[in-house]
Amino acid sequence: MSHTPHRLEIENASIGYGDKIVMRNLTFQVPHGARLAVVGPNGAGKSTLFKALVGILPLHGGRILIHGKLLGAHKDCVAYIPQREEVDWRFPVTVSDVVMMGRFGQMGWLSRPSKADRQVVRKSMEQMGIADLAAHSIGQLSGGQQQRAFLARAIAQEPHILLMDEPFTGVDVTTQDVTLNLLDHLHNQQVTTIISTHDLNLAASRFDLILLLNHRLIAYGTPSQVFAKDNLAQAFGNSLLVMEDGMMLVDECCPPDEDHHHHADVK
Amino acid sequence: MNLILEPLAYQFMQRGLLASVIVGVLCAVMGTYVVLRGMAFLGDAMAHAILPGVAIAYLLRGNLLVGAGIAAVLVALSIGLFSRQGAVKEDTAIGIMFAAALSLGVALISSMQTYAVDLSHILFGNVLGVSASDLWLIAGLSFAILLTVGLLFKPFLVISFDPVLAATLRLPAELLRNLMLVLLALTVVVSLQTVGVSLAAAMLVTPAATAYLLTRRLWPMMLVSALIGALSSVIGLYLSYYLNIVSGSSIVLTATVFFLLSFLWKRMKSV
Repeated sequence: MSHTPHRLEIENASIGYGDKIVMRNLTFQVPHGARLAVVGPNGAGKSTLFKALVGILPLHGGRILIHGKLLGAHKDCVAYIPQREEVDWRFPVTVSDVVMMGRFGQMGWLSRPSKADRQVVRKSMEQMGIADLAAHSIGQLSGGQQQRAFLARAIAQEPHILLMDEPFTGVDVTTQDVTLNLLDHLHNQQVTTIISTHDLNLAASRFDLILLLNHRLIAYGTPSQVFAKDNLAQAFGNSLLVMEDGMMLVDECCPPDEDHHHHADVK
Repeated sequence: MNLILEPLAYQFMQRGLLASVIVGVLCAVMGTYVVLRGMAFLGDAMAHAILPGVAIAYLLRGNLLVGAGIAAVLVALSIGLFSRQGAVKEDTAIGIMFAAALSLGVALISSMQTYAVDLSHILFGNVLGVSASDLWLIAGLSFAILLTVGLLFKPFLVISFDPVLAATLRLPAELLRNLMLVLLALTVVVSLQTVGVSLAAAMLVTPAATAYLLTRRLWPMMLVSALIGALSSVIGLYLSYYLNIVSGSSIVLTATVFFLLSFLWKRMKSV
């Protein structure tokens, strides 16, 4: 693994909203094609990190490099699955319209979708098991189907890095399975996937690398390296309970949303 | 047949009809963004905000459309400025500019001698007073706006539906949003003469809202909205001719009937 070139490098990055810095001096590297789970307590800055990786939040310091070039130098090699509240579900678009948006970056803003674009869109929908919903309005779908539509869009984008903010929170079993299968598939295709999750078991069992955050980097490495008592205690503090037989419990309820109260500032 | 052809014997009626259809289509198309992006209040404010520009142009004996255009663009950009970086919320900025511009406009107009007639023309339109050069200006501006909307269909779709995707695709979202405001301002200016400032907002919202009820995709929504806008303009103008009522009102009321019909149809279908 150490011989693979690092494809995503975060160097000493500080990220925040306005004057308030949420994440300080973050430095880590993700090798090409890795599966990375970002974990940490509510409000640790997971979504903030994602927003910086997507380029929505400017950095207060440091830099982010993709393939050795500054973030923004590549047009659409980062795909992002938005959280539910970031999308207007009553907008008049069909599922295939949404997936086609993933092709916009590559087809050019003035040209019409080519046959190849349509084919990519159809295959992406088939892969996510929503081909039969192609003509449905996005608003008519269930939450899980909507997420799969956005996953299909991300695949259609043919990204090098795929970011998913809490893809396993509040979705049905089918969607969870489809998402996990997709992670494996993308892994085989050398696409780097970065997700945030509260499910530490899932993170430990399905991901190569774990990034443990709490406003700063607490630990980064393989699941066995990161999920050690000291690290977890540092990250979760009082919500961690250590049992006598070595079992540890982390009490973390509710989907995160560290960013909610900052929204007004972001605009 | 005669009922339809008779009014067209007058040249001012021909020009009026053409102008209303163009404006009907233009407002309806821009209106889809107004409805989808929740900019109805902004459209209304913009329409009233052009009043001082019109009044100054009138006092200087300049072209009213040019005066309105300058005022509209100024107001659109100042709303952007005040609400930038969250100094005040956007709807607050709109409220302030709206009231200030309207007051300034009324103050200027009240200093004129022919106050009542002029004000009513500006507020409710004077479609039968469209001159040949006005018509050219309306047609030219409308064509330019519709062409821009057509060319930027995909970027506008993305910034409206999913701003985060717009960011990952490195779209200049701020620039596109300002451009959309300017296009909206110009649309309101163009509709000044046919429906007037107080009813322009209705032509922006009503046909598009009707189309929203009837369609599921953006492109068809624009087409249906344009069709309803054009039909409302034609039917409304004839009603105004035969019933001898203000054309702006009859056009807006016709569009409202379309909205009510589609609302009922949708209700019946879902039962």
